[in-house]
Amino acid sequence: MRAACCEATVLRNEVIAPDIRLLTAVWRDHDHAPHAGQFFTLRAWGADEAPFLSRPISVHRWNPESGTIEFLYQVVGEGTEKIAQLKMKDTFQLTGPMGNGFDVPEILSKYKKIAVVGGGIGTAPMFQLTRELAAGGVKPDVFFGFRDTPYCMEEYRSIANLVKVSTDTGAVGFHGFVTQLYDPADYDVVLVCGPTVMMKNAARLCAEKGTPCFVSMEKKMACGIGACLGCTCETKGGEGKSVCKNGPVFDATEVFF
Amino acid sequence: MADLKTNLLGFTMNSPVIGASGTVGYGVEYEELADFSRIGGISGKGLTLHGQYGNKGERLWETPSGLINSIGLQNPGVQHFIDVELNEMLELKQKYGTVTIANLGGHSEEEYVEGAAMLSDSAVDIVELNISCPNVKVGGMAYGVKADAAGEVVRMVRAACKKPLMVKLSPQAENIPEMCKAVETAGADAISLTNTFQACAIDLEKRRPVFNNIFAGLSGPAVRPIALRMVWQAVGAVNIPVVGLGGIATGRDALEFIMAGATAVQVGAANFANPRAMETVAQEMEAWMDAHGVKTLDEIRGCARNAE
Repeated sequence: MRAACCEATVLRNEVIAPDIRLLTAVWRDHDHAPHAGQFFTLRAWGADEAPFLSRPISVHRWNPESGTIEFLYQVVGEGTEKIAQLKMKDTFQLTGPMGNGFDVPEILSKYKKIAVVGGGIGTAPMFQLTRELAAGGVKPDVFFGFRDTPYCMEEYRSIANLVKVSTDTGAVGFHGFVTQLYDPADYDVVLVCGPTVMMKNAARLCAEKGTPCFVSMEKKMACGIGACLGCTCETKGGEGKSVCKNGPVFDATEVFF
Repeated sequence: MADLKTNLLGFTMNSPVIGASGTVGYGVEYEELADFSRIGGISGKGLTLHGQYGNKGERLWETPSGLINSIGLQNPGVQHFIDVELNEMLELKQKYGTVTIANLGGHSEEEYVEGAAMLSDSAVDIVELNISCPNVKVGGMAYGVKADAAGEVVRMVRAACKKPLMVKLSPQAENIPEMCKAVETAGADAISLTNTFQACAIDLEKRRPVFNNIFAGLSGPAVRPIALRMVWQAVGAVNIPVVGLGGIATGRDALEFIMAGATAVQVGAANFANPRAMETVAQEMEAWMDAHGVKTLDEIRGCARNAE
Protein backbone atom coordinates (compact mmCIF):
# COMPACT_ATOMS: atom_id res chain seq x y z
CA MET A 1 0.00 0.00 0.00
CA ARG A 2 1.33 3.40 -0.94
CA ALA A 3 0.46 6.89 0.15
CA ALA A 4 -2.64 8.84 -0.76
CA CYS A 5 -2.83 12.60 -1.20
CA CYS A 6 -5.89 14.65 -0.29
CA GLU A 7 -7.18 17.94 1.00
CA ALA A 8 -7.79 17.26 4.68
CA THR A 9 -10.06 19.29 6.92
CA VAL A 10 -8.92 20.59 10.29
CA LEU A 11 -11.06 19.77 13.31
CA ARG A 12 -8.80 21.23 16.01
CA ASN A 13 -5.34 22.71 16.33
CA GLU A 14 -4.74 22.96 20.06
CA VAL A 15 -1.95 24.67 21.96
CA ILE A 16 -0.44 22.02 24.23
CA ALA A 17 2.63 23.95 25.38
CA PRO A 18 4.20 27.24 24.18
CA ASP A 19 5.78 25.57 21.13
CA ILE A 20 3.75 22.33 20.98
CA ARG A 21 0.50 21.85 19.06
CA LEU A 22 -1.93 19.00 18.55
CA LEU A 23 -3.59 19.02 15.13
CA THR A 24 -6.66 16.87 14.59
CA ALA A 25 -7.86 16.36 11.03
CA VAL A 26 -10.30 14.22 9.12
CA TRP A 27 -8.79 11.06 7.58
CA ARG A 28 -11.51 8.61 6.61
CA ASP A 29 -9.39 6.73 4.08
CA HIS A 30 -9.35 3.25 5.64
CA ASP A 31 -7.52 1.93 2.58
CA HIS A 32 -4.68 4.15 3.69
CA ALA A 33 -4.83 3.52 7.42
CA PRO A 34 -1.61 4.51 9.16
CA HIS A 35 0.12 2.42 11.78
CA ALA A 36 2.53 3.32 14.54
CA GLY A 37 5.72 5.06 13.44
CA GLN A 38 4.45 6.05 10.00
CA PHE A 39 4.21 9.68 8.99
CA PHE A 40 2.41 12.02 6.62
CA THR A 41 3.60 15.13 4.85
CA LEU A 42 1.61 18.24 5.69
CA ARG A 43 1.32 21.35 3.57
CA ALA A 44 -0.78 24.22 4.88
CA TRP A 45 0.29 26.50 2.05
CA GLY A 46 0.11 26.48 -1.74
CA ALA A 47 2.38 24.45 -4.00
CA ASP A 48 3.80 27.78 -5.20
CA GLU A 49 4.32 29.19 -1.72
CA ALA A 50 7.22 28.96 0.69
CA PRO A 51 8.55 26.85 2.17
CA PHE A 52 9.21 24.75 -0.90
CA LEU A 53 8.84 21.37 0.76
CA SER A 54 5.93 19.89 2.68
CA ARG A 55 6.65 18.87 6.28
CA PRO A 56 6.90 15.24 7.38
CA ILE A 57 5.15 14.68 10.73
CA SER A 58 4.55 11.39 12.52
CA VAL A 59 1.14 10.04 13.43
CA HIS A 60 0.31 10.67 17.08
CA ARG A 61 -3.03 8.93 16.98
CA TRP A 62 -5.30 7.45 14.35
CA ASN A 63 -8.92 6.84 15.22
CA PRO A 64 -10.47 4.56 12.62
CA GLU A 65 -13.94 4.80 14.21
CA SER A 66 -14.19 8.58 14.01
CA GLY A 67 -12.00 8.85 10.90
CA THR A 68 -9.67 11.31 12.54
CA ILE A 69 -5.92 11.60 12.69
CA GLU A 70 -3.80 13.53 15.17
CA PHE A 71 -0.40 15.10 14.76
CA LEU A 72 1.54 16.28 17.79
CA TYR A 73 4.22 18.67 16.56
CA GLN A 74 6.68 21.29 17.65
CA VAL A 75 6.74 24.72 16.06
CA VAL A 76 10.35 25.05 14.97
CA GLY A 77 10.38 27.02 11.73
CA GLU A 78 8.57 28.44 8.72
CA GLY A 79 6.69 25.25 7.86
CA THR A 80 5.44 24.32 11.30
CA GLU A 81 4.58 27.98 11.97
CA LYS A 82 2.22 27.87 8.99
CA ILE A 83 0.77 24.56 10.15
CA ALA A 84 0.23 26.12 13.58
CA GLN A 85 -1.93 28.81 11.98
CA LEU A 86 -4.47 26.27 10.70
CA LYS A 87 -7.92 26.77 12.19
CA MET A 88 -11.04 24.66 12.42
CA LYS A 89 -12.53 23.92 8.96
CA ASP A 90 -9.35 25.00 7.16
CA THR A 91 -8.06 22.50 4.64
CA PHE A 92 -4.49 21.49 3.92
CA GLN A 93 -2.65 19.01 1.71
CA LEU A 94 -2.11 15.75 3.56
CA THR A 95 -0.11 12.94 1.93
CA GLY A 96 0.49 9.56 3.46
CA PRO A 97 0.82 7.31 5.26
CA MET A 98 4.49 7.01 4.46
CA GLY A 99 7.36 4.85 5.58
CA ASN A 100 7.83 1.69 7.54
CA GLY A 101 6.82 2.29 11.11
CA PHE A 102 7.15 -0.04 14.06
CA ASP A 103 6.22 -3.59 13.04
CA VAL A 104 3.89 -4.13 15.97
CA PRO A 105 2.68 -7.65 15.02
CA GLU A 106 6.29 -8.78 14.64
CA ILE A 107 7.33 -7.09 17.90
CA LEU A 108 4.43 -8.70 19.79
CA SER A 109 5.20 -12.12 18.35
CA LYS A 110 8.79 -11.96 19.60
CA TYR A 111 8.85 -9.83 22.74
CA LYS A 112 6.87 -9.68 25.98
CA LYS A 113 8.68 -7.07 28.08
CA ILE A 114 8.71 -3.88 26.02
CA ALA A 115 10.14 -0.46 26.83
CA VAL A 116 8.91 2.57 24.89
CA VAL A 117 11.40 5.44 25.13
CA GLY A 118 10.80 8.97 23.88
CA GLY A 119 12.57 12.29 24.03
CA GLY A 120 10.89 15.68 23.56
CA ILE A 121 8.74 15.85 20.45
CA GLY A 122 10.07 12.36 19.68
CA THR A 123 7.35 11.18 22.06
CA ALA A 124 4.76 12.07 19.39
CA PRO A 125 4.64 8.73 17.51
CA MET A 126 4.97 6.74 20.75
CA PHE A 127 1.33 7.26 21.67
CA GLN A 128 0.02 5.38 18.64
CA LEU A 129 2.74 2.78 19.25
CA THR A 130 1.74 2.28 22.88
CA ARG A 131 -1.92 2.03 21.89
CA GLU A 132 -1.18 -0.63 19.28
CA LEU A 133 1.01 -2.60 21.68
CA ALA A 134 -1.66 -2.46 24.39
CA ALA A 135 -4.37 -3.44 21.91
CA GLY A 136 -2.16 -6.41 20.99
CA GLY A 137 -1.98 -7.53 24.59
CA VAL A 138 1.25 -6.01 25.92
CA LYS A 139 1.16 -2.83 27.95
CA PRO A 140 4.69 -1.47 27.64
CA ASP A 141 6.72 0.48 30.19
CA VAL A 142 6.95 4.06 28.96
CA PHE A 143 9.97 6.30 29.64
CA PHE A 144 9.93 9.87 28.40
CA GLY A 145 12.43 12.64 28.72
CA PHE A 146 11.65 16.36 28.32
CA ARG A 147 13.65 19.52 28.69
CA ASP A 148 11.43 21.14 31.28
CA THR A 149 7.71 20.40 31.02
CA PRO A 150 6.18 17.06 30.02
CA TYR A 151 3.14 17.11 27.72
CA CYS A 152 0.48 14.69 26.51
CA MET A 153 1.23 12.18 29.26
CA GLU A 154 -2.23 11.69 30.81
CA GLU A 155 -3.62 9.24 28.32
CA TYR A 156 -0.79 6.76 28.73
CA ARG A 157 -2.10 5.61 32.13
CA SER A 158 -4.64 3.19 30.69
CA ILE A 159 -2.40 1.76 27.95
CA ALA A 160 1.00 1.63 29.65
CA ASN A 161 2.14 -0.67 32.42
CA LEU A 162 4.33 2.03 33.88
CA VAL A 163 5.10 5.67 33.01
CA LYS A 164 8.28 7.42 34.13
CA VAL A 165 9.47 10.89 33.19
CA SER A 166 12.77 12.68 33.32
CA THR A 167 13.54 16.34 32.67
CA ASP A 168 16.80 18.10 31.90
CA THR A 169 15.98 20.80 34.44
CA GLY A 170 14.58 18.53 37.14
CA ALA A 171 11.31 20.50 37.08
CA VAL A 172 9.28 17.30 36.85
CA GLY A 173 10.23 13.68 37.51
CA PHE A 174 13.78 12.42 37.48
CA HIS A 175 16.48 15.07 37.04
CA GLY A 176 18.63 13.65 34.25
CA PHE A 177 18.55 11.66 31.03
CA VAL A 178 15.69 9.42 30.00
CA THR A 179 18.18 6.61 29.46
CA GLN A 180 18.84 6.65 33.22
CA LEU A 181 15.22 5.69 33.91
CA TYR A 182 15.49 2.06 32.88
CA ASP A 183 17.91 -0.80 32.47
CA PRO A 184 17.72 -2.37 28.99
CA ALA A 185 18.58 -5.71 30.61
CA ASP A 186 15.07 -5.73 32.08
CA TYR A 187 13.46 -5.70 28.63
CA ASP A 188 13.11 -7.97 25.60
CA VAL A 189 13.11 -4.95 23.29
CA VAL A 190 13.46 -1.16 23.53
CA LEU A 191 11.63 1.12 21.06
CA VAL A 192 13.00 4.65 20.80
CA CYS A 193 12.21 8.00 19.20
CA GLY A 194 13.94 11.24 20.11
CA PRO A 195 16.92 13.44 19.35
CA THR A 196 19.75 11.63 17.55
CA VAL A 197 22.13 11.90 20.51
CA MET A 198 19.57 10.34 22.83
CA MET A 199 18.76 7.55 20.36
CA LYS A 200 22.45 6.82 19.92
CA ASN A 201 22.87 6.54 23.68
CA ALA A 202 19.80 4.36 24.02
CA ALA A 203 21.09 2.12 21.22
CA ARG A 204 24.55 1.85 22.79
CA LEU A 205 23.13 0.93 26.20
CA CYS A 206 20.89 -1.71 24.60
CA ALA A 207 23.82 -3.13 22.65
CA GLU A 208 25.84 -3.42 25.88
CA LYS A 209 23.07 -5.50 27.45
CA GLY A 210 22.25 -7.43 24.29
CA THR A 211 18.71 -6.04 24.13
CA PRO A 212 17.24 -5.48 20.66
CA CYS A 213 16.52 -1.81 19.96
CA PHE A 214 14.54 -0.08 17.25
CA VAL A 215 14.87 3.63 16.58
CA SER A 216 12.77 6.08 14.57
CA MET A 217 15.03 8.38 12.58
CA GLU A 218 14.41 11.94 11.44
CA LYS A 219 15.87 13.64 8.36
CA LYS A 220 14.95 16.47 6.05
CA MET A 221 12.82 15.01 3.27
CA ALA A 222 11.71 16.19 -0.14
CA CYS A 223 9.49 13.47 -1.62
CA GLY A 224 8.79 11.31 1.45
CA ILE A 225 8.37 8.18 -0.70
CA GLY A 226 11.88 7.04 -1.58
CA ALA A 227 12.05 8.79 -4.94
CA CYS A 228 14.53 11.62 -4.45
CA LEU A 229 17.06 10.01 -2.09
CA GLY A 230 17.42 13.24 -0.14
CA CYS A 231 17.06 11.58 3.28
CA THR A 232 19.49 8.71 2.85
CA CYS A 233 21.22 7.48 5.99
CA GLU A 234 24.31 5.34 6.20
CA THR A 235 23.84 1.76 7.27
CA LYS A 236 26.18 -0.82 8.72
CA GLY A 237 26.34 -2.69 5.41
CA GLY A 238 27.58 0.49 3.68
CA GLU A 239 24.38 0.68 1.70
CA GLY A 240 22.40 3.92 1.88
CA LYS A 241 18.80 3.58 2.99
CA SER A 242 15.99 6.09 2.69
CA VAL A 243 14.72 7.22 6.08
CA CYS A 244 11.35 7.94 4.45
CA LYS A 245 10.83 4.64 2.65
CA ASN A 246 13.04 2.01 4.31
CA GLY A 247 12.53 3.70 7.69
CA PRO A 248 11.89 5.83 9.60
CA VAL A 249 12.08 2.87 12.01
CA PHE A 250 15.29 0.88 11.82
CA ASP A 251 17.01 -1.79 13.87
CA ALA A 252 19.41 0.43 15.87
CA THR A 253 22.40 -1.77 15.00
CA GLU A 254 21.79 -1.01 11.33
CA VAL A 255 22.02 2.78 11.62
CA PHE A 256 24.18 3.37 14.74
CA PHE A 257 27.42 1.43 14.39
CA MET B 1 -11.02 18.39 -25.92
CA ALA B 2 -7.39 19.16 -26.66
CA ASP B 3 -5.14 16.24 -27.53
CA LEU B 4 -1.89 16.27 -25.58
CA LYS B 5 -0.41 13.27 -27.34
CA THR B 6 3.21 13.94 -28.16
CA ASN B 7 5.67 12.12 -30.36
CA LEU B 8 9.16 11.94 -28.97
CA LEU B 9 11.79 10.00 -30.91
CA GLY B 10 9.21 7.68 -32.40
CA PHE B 11 7.29 7.09 -29.18
CA THR B 12 3.76 8.35 -28.82
CA MET B 13 3.37 9.75 -25.32
CA ASN B 14 0.11 10.35 -23.40
CA SER B 15 1.21 13.92 -22.89
CA PRO B 16 4.40 15.96 -23.24
CA VAL B 17 4.92 15.72 -19.47
CA ILE B 18 7.85 13.56 -18.38
CA GLY B 19 8.92 12.99 -14.78
CA ALA B 20 12.43 14.44 -14.49
CA SER B 21 15.30 12.23 -13.47
CA GLY B 22 16.10 12.25 -9.79
CA THR B 23 12.72 13.48 -8.63
CA VAL B 24 10.40 10.57 -9.37
CA GLY B 25 12.53 7.55 -8.50
CA TYR B 26 11.68 4.96 -11.12
CA GLY B 27 8.06 6.10 -11.36
CA VAL B 28 6.45 3.41 -9.22
CA GLU B 29 6.91 5.52 -6.11
CA TYR B 30 4.33 7.97 -7.49
CA GLU B 31 1.96 5.43 -9.00
CA GLU B 32 -0.77 5.74 -6.37
CA LEU B 33 -0.36 9.49 -6.05
CA ALA B 34 -0.65 10.69 -9.63
CA ASP B 35 -2.78 9.73 -12.64
CA PHE B 36 -0.17 8.11 -14.87
CA SER B 37 -2.48 8.01 -17.87
CA ARG B 38 -1.74 11.74 -18.15
CA ILE B 39 2.01 11.32 -17.88
CA GLY B 40 4.09 10.93 -21.02
CA GLY B 41 7.16 9.28 -19.63
CA ILE B 42 9.40 8.71 -16.66
CA SER B 43 13.10 9.43 -16.63
CA GLY B 44 14.51 7.21 -13.91
CA LYS B 45 16.99 8.18 -11.23
CA GLY B 46 20.43 8.84 -12.72
CA LEU B 47 22.50 5.66 -13.08
CA THR B 48 26.20 5.04 -13.07
CA LEU B 49 27.86 1.86 -14.30
CA HIS B 50 28.60 0.77 -10.76
CA GLY B 51 26.15 1.60 -7.98
CA GLN B 52 27.17 4.29 -5.53
CA TYR B 53 26.14 5.67 -2.15
CA GLY B 54 26.09 9.30 -3.23
CA ASN B 55 27.12 12.26 -1.12
CA LYS B 56 27.50 12.37 2.63
CA GLY B 57 26.31 15.24 4.76
CA GLU B 58 23.40 17.51 3.99
CA ARG B 59 21.58 16.67 0.77
CA LEU B 60 18.65 19.09 0.73
CA TRP B 61 18.34 22.82 1.34
CA GLU B 62 15.30 24.97 0.66
CA THR B 63 15.63 28.36 -1.04
CA PRO B 64 13.04 30.92 -2.12
CA SER B 65 11.05 29.13 -4.86
CA GLY B 66 13.50 26.30 -5.06
CA LEU B 67 15.57 23.55 -3.63
CA ILE B 68 19.30 22.90 -3.66
CA ASN B 69 20.22 19.24 -3.72
CA SER B 70 23.41 17.32 -3.32
CA ILE B 71 22.35 13.71 -3.76
CA GLY B 72 25.45 12.72 -5.71
CA LEU B 73 23.91 10.14 -8.04
CA GLN B 74 23.02 7.58 -5.41
CA ASN B 75 21.94 4.60 -7.51
CA PRO B 76 22.02 0.80 -7.66
CA GLY B 77 24.16 0.57 -10.83
CA VAL B 78 23.18 -0.20 -14.42
CA GLN B 79 23.00 -4.00 -14.05
CA HIS B 80 20.78 -3.81 -10.95
CA PHE B 81 18.58 -1.32 -12.76
CA ILE B 82 18.19 -3.67 -15.72
CA ASP B 83 17.45 -6.61 -13.41
CA VAL B 84 15.03 -4.86 -11.03
CA GLU B 85 13.94 -1.24 -11.44
CA LEU B 86 13.55 -1.38 -15.21
CA ASN B 87 10.96 -4.12 -14.85
CA GLU B 88 8.95 -1.85 -12.55
CA MET B 89 9.16 0.93 -15.13
CA LEU B 90 8.07 -1.46 -17.87
CA GLU B 91 5.06 -2.49 -15.79
CA LEU B 92 4.06 1.15 -15.58
CA LYS B 93 4.52 1.41 -19.33
CA GLN B 94 2.30 -1.58 -19.88
CA LYS B 95 -0.41 -0.18 -17.60
CA TYR B 96 -0.33 3.47 -18.57
CA GLY B 97 1.82 3.82 -21.67
CA THR B 98 4.50 5.90 -19.94
CA VAL B 99 7.68 5.93 -22.01
CA THR B 100 10.65 4.46 -20.16
CA ILE B 101 13.76 6.62 -20.07
CA ALA B 102 17.01 5.52 -18.45
CA ASN B 103 19.22 8.38 -17.28
CA LEU B 104 22.91 7.52 -17.43
CA GLY B 105 25.72 9.42 -15.76
CA GLY B 106 29.37 8.48 -15.54
CA HIS B 107 32.77 9.18 -14.07
CA SER B 108 34.77 8.52 -17.24
CA GLU B 109 34.20 8.02 -20.96
CA GLU B 110 34.76 4.29 -20.50
CA GLU B 111 32.04 4.12 -17.85
CA TYR B 112 29.59 6.05 -20.02
CA VAL B 113 30.26 3.74 -22.96
CA GLU B 114 29.98 0.52 -20.97
CA GLY B 115 26.77 1.65 -19.26
CA ALA B 116 25.26 2.80 -22.55
CA ALA B 117 26.13 -0.51 -24.22
CA MET B 118 24.33 -2.39 -21.46
CA LEU B 119 21.25 -0.16 -21.71
CA SER B 120 21.38 -0.54 -25.49
CA ASP B 121 20.65 -4.25 -25.07
CA SER B 122 17.90 -3.66 -22.47
CA ALA B 123 14.20 -2.91 -22.90
CA VAL B 124 14.44 0.85 -22.16
CA ASP B 125 12.88 3.13 -24.76
CA ILE B 126 15.25 6.08 -24.58
CA VAL B 127 18.65 6.67 -23.01
CA GLU B 128 19.07 10.13 -21.49
CA LEU B 129 22.77 10.81 -21.25
CA ASN B 130 23.49 12.92 -18.20
CA ILE B 131 26.57 15.00 -18.87
CA SER B 132 25.44 17.62 -16.44
CA CYS B 133 25.29 16.38 -12.85
CA PRO B 134 26.78 19.10 -10.66
CA ASN B 135 27.10 16.80 -7.68
CA VAL B 136 29.81 14.35 -8.57
CA LYS B 137 33.39 15.53 -8.47
CA VAL B 138 34.81 13.59 -11.38
CA GLY B 139 33.05 13.51 -14.72
CA GLY B 140 29.38 14.30 -14.84
CA MET B 141 29.30 18.01 -15.29
CA ALA B 142 32.89 18.19 -16.56
CA TYR B 143 31.50 17.05 -19.90
CA GLY B 144 28.66 19.49 -19.60
CA VAL B 145 30.79 22.65 -19.64
CA LYS B 146 33.00 22.25 -22.72
CA ALA B 147 31.36 21.59 -26.08
CA ASP B 148 34.42 19.62 -27.33
CA ALA B 149 34.39 17.27 -24.33
CA ALA B 150 30.61 16.82 -24.61
CA GLY B 151 30.85 16.05 -28.33
CA GLU B 152 33.54 13.47 -27.69
CA VAL B 153 31.63 11.54 -25.02
CA VAL B 154 28.40 11.67 -27.02
CA ARG B 155 30.24 10.34 -30.10
CA MET B 156 31.62 7.40 -28.09
CA VAL B 157 28.29 6.62 -26.47
CA ARG B 158 26.48 6.95 -29.80
CA ALA B 159 28.72 4.26 -31.27
CA ALA B 160 27.90 1.92 -28.39
CA CYS B 161 24.17 2.61 -28.07
CA LYS B 162 21.44 1.68 -30.53
CA LYS B 163 18.68 3.26 -28.44
CA PRO B 164 17.41 6.76 -29.14
CA LEU B 165 19.85 9.02 -27.35
CA MET B 166 18.77 12.19 -25.55
CA VAL B 167 21.59 14.26 -24.09
CA LYS B 168 20.81 16.21 -20.91
CA LEU B 169 22.70 19.46 -20.80
CA SER B 170 23.95 21.59 -17.97
CA PRO B 171 23.12 25.27 -17.62
CA GLN B 172 26.81 25.63 -16.77
CA ALA B 173 27.72 25.00 -20.43
CA GLU B 174 30.06 27.75 -21.62
CA ASN B 175 27.91 28.41 -24.66
CA ILE B 176 24.49 26.80 -25.00
CA PRO B 177 24.08 27.00 -28.81
CA GLU B 178 27.59 25.66 -29.41
CA MET B 179 27.05 22.89 -26.89
CA CYS B 180 23.78 21.92 -28.55
CA LYS B 181 25.35 21.85 -31.99
CA ALA B 182 28.27 19.77 -30.73
CA VAL B 183 26.06 17.05 -29.28
CA GLU B 184 23.80 17.07 -32.33
CA THR B 185 26.80 16.65 -34.62
CA ALA B 186 28.08 13.86 -32.40
CA GLY B 187 24.89 11.91 -32.98
CA ALA B 188 22.40 12.88 -30.27
CA ASP B 189 18.78 12.25 -31.25
CA ALA B 190 17.39 14.79 -28.80
CA ILE B 191 18.49 17.28 -26.18
CA SER B 192 17.03 17.84 -22.73
CA LEU B 193 17.87 20.92 -20.70
CA THR B 194 18.45 22.15 -18.17
CA ASN B 195 19.86 20.12 -15.35
CA THR B 196 20.22 21.92 -12.01
CA PHE B 197 22.08 25.19 -11.64
CA GLN B 198 25.26 25.16 -9.61
CA ALA B 199 24.52 26.91 -6.34
CA CYS B 200 25.74 27.37 -2.80
CA ALA B 201 24.37 27.88 0.69
CA ILE B 202 26.04 28.76 3.97
CA ASP B 203 24.82 27.53 7.33
CA LEU B 204 25.13 30.62 9.53
CA GLU B 205 25.04 28.77 12.84
CA LYS B 206 27.77 26.37 11.77
CA ARG B 207 29.60 29.11 9.85
CA ARG B 208 30.37 26.73 7.02
CA PRO B 209 28.90 25.63 3.69
CA VAL B 210 25.73 23.56 3.98
CA PHE B 211 26.99 20.94 1.56
CA ASN B 212 30.15 18.85 1.87
CA ASN B 213 30.88 19.59 -1.81
CA ILE B 214 30.28 23.33 -1.12
CA PHE B 215 28.41 23.65 -4.43
CA ALA B 216 25.21 21.77 -5.25
CA GLY B 217 22.35 21.91 -7.76
CA LEU B 218 19.47 24.41 -7.62
CA SER B 219 16.12 23.55 -9.16
CA GLY B 220 12.54 24.74 -8.82
CA PRO B 221 10.62 27.79 -10.10
CA ALA B 222 13.55 30.06 -9.19
CA VAL B 223 15.49 28.83 -12.25
CA ARG B 224 12.61 28.60 -14.71
CA PRO B 225 13.05 31.83 -16.68
CA ILE B 226 16.75 31.10 -17.17
CA ALA B 227 16.04 27.52 -18.21
CA LEU B 228 13.44 28.83 -20.66
CA ARG B 229 15.99 31.18 -22.21
CA MET B 230 18.39 28.26 -22.68
CA VAL B 231 15.68 26.07 -24.20
CA TRP B 232 14.88 28.91 -26.60
CA GLN B 233 18.55 29.04 -27.58
CA ALA B 234 18.72 25.26 -27.97
CA VAL B 235 15.69 25.12 -30.23
CA GLY B 236 17.26 27.82 -32.39
CA ALA B 237 20.57 25.99 -32.60
CA VAL B 238 19.61 22.45 -33.60
CA ASN B 239 17.17 20.46 -35.70
CA ILE B 240 16.68 17.60 -33.23
CA PRO B 241 13.87 17.66 -30.61
CA VAL B 242 14.48 19.66 -27.46
CA VAL B 243 12.89 18.61 -24.17
CA GLY B 244 12.62 21.54 -21.78
CA LEU B 245 12.86 21.46 -18.03
CA GLY B 246 13.70 23.72 -15.14
CA GLY B 247 11.18 24.77 -12.53
CA ILE B 248 8.03 23.77 -14.41
CA ALA B 249 5.18 23.52 -11.91
CA THR B 250 2.03 24.53 -13.79
CA GLY B 251 0.42 24.08 -17.18
CA ARG B 252 1.24 27.67 -18.07
CA ASP B 253 4.91 27.07 -17.26
CA ALA B 254 4.95 24.03 -19.54
CA LEU B 255 3.18 25.90 -22.35
CA GLU B 256 5.87 28.59 -22.26
CA PHE B 257 8.46 25.92 -23.05
CA ILE B 258 6.27 24.44 -25.79
CA MET B 259 5.75 27.88 -27.36
CA ALA B 260 9.51 28.36 -27.21
CA GLY B 261 9.75 25.26 -29.37
CA ALA B 262 10.22 22.39 -26.92
CA THR B 263 8.86 19.05 -28.09
CA ALA B 264 8.14 17.91 -24.54
CA VAL B 265 8.78 19.02 -20.98
CA GLN B 266 9.97 17.45 -17.76
CA VAL B 267 8.62 18.15 -14.30
CA GLY B 268 11.05 17.76 -11.45
CA ALA B 269 11.21 19.58 -8.13
CA ALA B 270 7.51 20.49 -8.38
CA ASN B 271 6.69 16.87 -7.56
CA PHE B 272 7.92 17.55 -4.02
CA ALA B 273 5.54 20.47 -3.46
CA ASN B 274 2.64 18.66 -5.10
CA PRO B 275 2.82 14.88 -5.55
CA ARG B 276 0.34 15.25 -8.39
CA ALA B 277 2.40 17.93 -10.17
CA MET B 278 2.92 15.92 -13.38
CA GLU B 279 -0.78 15.21 -13.67
CA THR B 280 -1.64 18.80 -12.73
CA VAL B 281 0.66 20.24 -15.39
CA ALA B 282 -0.95 18.05 -18.07
CA GLN B 283 -4.47 18.92 -16.88
CA GLU B 284 -3.76 22.64 -16.84
CA MET B 285 -2.20 22.51 -20.30
CA GLU B 286 -5.31 20.81 -21.59
CA ALA B 287 -7.58 23.35 -19.89
CA TRP B 288 -5.67 26.27 -21.38
CA MET B 289 -5.76 24.71 -24.83
CA ASP B 290 -9.48 24.05 -24.55
CA ALA B 291 -10.11 27.63 -23.45
CA HIS B 292 -8.11 28.92 -26.41
CA GLY B 293 -9.41 26.54 -29.05
CA VAL B 294 -6.09 24.80 -29.50
CA LYS B 295 -6.55 21.17 -30.51
CA THR B 296 -2.99 19.86 -30.58
CA LEU B 297 0.39 20.99 -29.31
CA ASP B 298 1.68 21.10 -32.88
CA GLU B 299 -0.53 24.17 -33.42
CA ILE B 300 1.40 26.15 -30.82
CA ARG B 301 4.81 24.50 -30.63
CA GLY B 302 7.41 27.18 -31.28
CA CYS B 303 4.73 29.77 -32.06
CA ALA B 304 6.45 32.39 -29.90
CA ARG B 305 9.43 32.23 -32.25
CA ASN B 306 7.37 33.79 -35.05
CA ALA B 307 7.89 37.09 -33.28
CA GLU B 308 11.64 36.79 -33.88
